[in-house]
Amino acid sequence: MGLFFFNLKYKTCIIMPHISLPEGLPGIRSLAAYRPDTGAALYALAEALLRGDSSLSQADAELIAAFTSSQNDCTFCTCSHAAAARFLFGADKETVDAVIADYQTAPVSEKMKTLLAIAQCVQQDARTVSDEIVAKARLAGATDREIHDTVLIAATFCMFNRYVDGLATLTPTDPSAYEPMGERMGTLGYVPPKYP
Amino acid sequence: MKFSPQTAAPMNALANALLQTDEGLSRGERELIATYVSSQNECVFCQTIHGAVASAYLGDDDWSFVKAVKENYEQTALSDKMKALLTIAGSVQKGGKNVTTAQVEAARKEGATDKDIHDTVLISAAFCMFNRYVDGLATVAPSDPNIYRYRASGITQKGYSAEGEYIPHAT
Repeated sequence: MGLFFFNLKYKTCIIMPHISLPEGLPGIRSLAAYRPDTGAALYALAEALLRGDSSLSQADAELIAAFTSSQNDCTFCTCSHAAAARFLFGADKETVDAVIADYQTAPVSEKMKTLLAIAQCVQQDARTVSDEIVAKARLAGATDREIHDTVLIAATFCMFNRYVDGLATLTPTDPSAYEPMGERMGTLGYVPPKYP
Repeated sequence: MKFSPQTAAPMNALANALLQTDEGLSRGERELIATYVSSQNECVFCQTIHGAVASAYLGDDDWSFVKAVKENYEQTALSDKMKALLTIAGSVQKGGKNVTTAQVEAARKEGATDKDIHDTVLISAAFCMFNRYVDGLATVAPSDPNIYRYRASGITQKGYSAEGEYIPHAT
């Protein structure tokens, strides 16, 4: 049984989520509104990871999040974090789509390529993050902190992607729906939604 | 977790909110879902510690019941509701889109509520994060089962935090 309805705000025909969630909210926001207790911890984790103390810039952190989400084929997370990354990259925003398409040929530093390789390993099978791959990242200038944060961002998005898609949350298909989300994430950061 | 206390705090808050409650699913059932997903991800550390916690809650002193669940949960004495939820957990482990409406309906038929389904999906998703964090940084997994039993008894009493003795003092 799949129930469809037409969503006026996001202009899309969609399948209902697997559980009753607050209407009109997309993706992770619907879940954080449904369960404020776990939502608060999840948003606090995103805030610490993507906007906290790290030598990885917020733009780079969002790029790793968007890349991991695209590897997991999660439309909502890919589009929203790519939008945040584009907002933060500013004039260089085309970098984001280049990385998602093929990070090895994208216009990013060697260090960033080694970190994205680590993220890809974590996404597929974290045990493949070998000493060789980490050594390559260190050689390209990555610090322990940056390697740690890359692994944790990739791991965390393997959670968010499964949570958002596992409950079939509302996923806007109109790309312009994600721009305001990206700007909010890049400025205000991760603040759980108040609902209603 | 000691390397990165700012991220450890919300991760522990998440673990406590998801695993340290009997509302809907019991603590033992929640830890079983965590253990099952961790075994599917072949994460030695996570499946052993959460298996030990599950066993502590379920009176499974020799760890044989949890072992049976990991190997073939359909053949165990688990409730039909738990079996349906573990099927959902297994789908989440592979990827969120593997959860089908048929699997959700099968769980509801056995009495699973929205909350049970939500918690199953989030526990499974969260352990796909924890397993990758632990294995991605090649952290050391102790091999002595007594260390896990010791840690599990602390967790059943005090929940999840990054503090406390990890290894019991020699007696």
